[in-house]
Amino acid sequence: MSASLSPETVEALLPEVAELIVNALNLEMAPAEIEPDAPLFGEGLGLDSIDVLEVALVVSKRYGFQLRSDNEDNVRIFASLRALTAHIAAQRSK
Amino acid sequence: MTHLPLLSRHGLDDTLAWTPDGPVSVRQFLAQARVLAGQLPPGKWLLNVCQDRYRFAVGFAACLLTGKVSLQPASHAAATLERIQADYPGTFCLRDTPFDTVGLPSLDYPDLTQAPSGDVHAIPEFAAEQLAAILFTSGSTGLPQAHCKTWGKLVWNGRAEAERLGLDRHPHALVGTVPVQHSYGFESTFLLALQGGCPFWSGKPFYPQDICAALEAVPGPRLLVSTPFHLATLLDAEVPLPAVDLLLSATAPLSSALAARAEASCQAPLLEIYGSTESGQLASRRTTAGPAWELLSGVELEQAGEQTWALGRHVEGRIPLGDLIEVLPEGRFLLHGRHGDLINIAGKRTSLAYLNHQICALPGVRDGAFLLPETSDERGTTRLAAFAVAPGLDARQLLDGLRQRLDPVFLPRPLILLESLPRNSTGKLPRQELLALLAARKRHD
Repeated sequence: MSASLSPETVEALLPEVAELIVNALNLEMAPAEIEPDAPLFGEGLGLDSIDVLEVALVVSKRYGFQLRSDNEDNVRIFASLRALTAHIAAQRSK
Repeated sequence: MTHLPLLSRHGLDDTLAWTPDGPVSVRQFLAQARVLAGQLPPGKWLLNVCQDRYRFAVGFAACLLTGKVSLQPASHAAATLERIQADYPGTFCLRDTPFDTVGLPSLDYPDLTQAPSGDVHAIPEFAAEQLAAILFTSGSTGLPQAHCKTWGKLVWNGRAEAERLGLDRHPHALVGTVPVQHSYGFESTFLLALQGGCPFWSGKPFYPQDICAALEAVPGPRLLVSTPFHLATLLDAEVPLPAVDLLLSATAPLSSALAARAEASCQAPLLEIYGSTESGQLASRRTTAGPAWELLSGVELEQAGEQTWALGRHVEGRIPLGDLIEVLPEGRFLLHGRHGDLINIAGKRTSLAYLNHQICALPGVRDGAFLLPETSDERGTTRLAAFAVAPGLDARQLLDGLRQRLDPVFLPRPLILLESLPRNSTGKLPRQELLALLAARKRHD
C-alpha cells in the first residue's frame, strides 16, 4: 500500500471506477447509483464471480496491474466500490 | 466382490498434492484421512464444502474410510441446502472457510499436519459397489435431483479419462480453475489425480495472475483444467504464461477460434471433455482437429428418434442425454445443441422450466418467465432476462427472492416488470414476443 494514499484520493477515483464497472458489465444503472460502501455481491449489486473476472480484466488494462488473490478470498477486493477503488489507487501503475 | 484402490499408479512416497506449504505425499494424505475419519460425526452424509482441493480430498477419503457418502449439490443456495438437510437427515458440513451452513451442523477442517504416518503401509481399497458420492442437478420441478455414484464407477471414470489424456503413461501435475465438488472438477482434478497417478495443486486459482502463480508452483509437465470462460480471460489478460503441456476444457462449448488461440499461446494441445453430472464423462475431442467427439473407453451410445442414451462401464445405468447427437462410425459423434429448454451459463446447467417455476413461486408474483437471448460471446456467458407480473413489488425485491433460490449466474439481467405477459391463446409465451420486449427495453435505455 502506498503511504500517500488518502481517503480523498480514493473518493476522487470512485466515479471513474463506478463507470468502469457499469460499462464492463452492461449494467442497467447509472454509475452514480452504485453506493460506495454497499456490497458488490449478494444483496448489494448482485455481482458474481464471472463479473469479477470481467471487471478484473478491464481494471488490468486501464490501470496497468494484475489482480491477485494471494490465497485470500477471491472477492475481498470486490467487497464494495470503495474497497475496489482503494485497491486500484494503491496498485495502479498508470 | 471387486475392490478398487483409493489411488492408482501412486507410490506411498510419491507427491499427491502441492500446497502453499509444500508437497504432501500419498503416505501423509492417507495418515491425515485416517485421523480425520476418527473425528467425523456419526451421521451418514457429509456435505464437503472445502474450497481447498487437497482438504476436499482428505475429507472425501475420510468419508470412504467410514462408509459415509459425500453430498455434492450444484449450488449452495440456501433453499438447496435446506432441501438437502430435509432429505438427508443428519447431514453435516466439512468446511475450511467461514461458509454459511444455513443451520447444518459443521466441522471445521482441523489441523492434520502432525498426523502420524509411520505405520501407513498400504493404499486402502473399497468395494466397487460402495456408495461414495451423490451429485445433484437442479431438476425442472425445483427439487435437487440426486445422482448416486458408486466407488467403482468413479474409479473407472478417472481411469478412462487418464487413459484418453495419456496421463496413465505420462502423469502431469494438475492445476484446476474449477471447483472440485462439481462434476467436471470432481472428475478432472480429483478423480484424475487419484486414478491417473497425477499430483495436483491444492488451490483454485481465480485471477489470471493466480493461475500463472499456481502453474509455477508445480513441476512440469503441467495440465491446466479449465473452462472456456477462464481460458478466454487468461488469454485476454496477456500475462506471460508459464509452460503448460496440456489444456483441458469443459462445461460450455468452446469455439474453435478460442481453442486455436489457446493452443498457439501455450504451444500445447487443448482437449475438450463431454459429459454430464448424470452420466459422468463420455467423450473428448481436440477442438482444433474437427467437430467430432470420440467416446471414452467402455462408453456406448444408444438412440431412438432424437433421444440418445449413454451406457457402459463407468456410466451409472442407462442415462438419457440432454443433447441432440448424430452418431458417426467408430465411436465418434457430433453434438447439435441442447434439447428444448436446457441452458448452460458458464458451465452451470439448468432449464427454463426450472427458472420459470422459481420466479412464479415468489410471493406476490402472478406470472413470470425467463428468456435466454441469442447473443453469445465466445466465453459462453450470455445473461438471462426475465419478465414478471408482480403488482406492488419492484425488481430489487424480486431479485432478493430469486437470490435465495438460484445460483447467481442465473439471476436475470434485466428483470422487466410488466402488467401482463404476452401469452397467446394457448397460454404459451412466444419467444419472439419476449425478444421484442427485451429489445424495446434496451432501446428505451
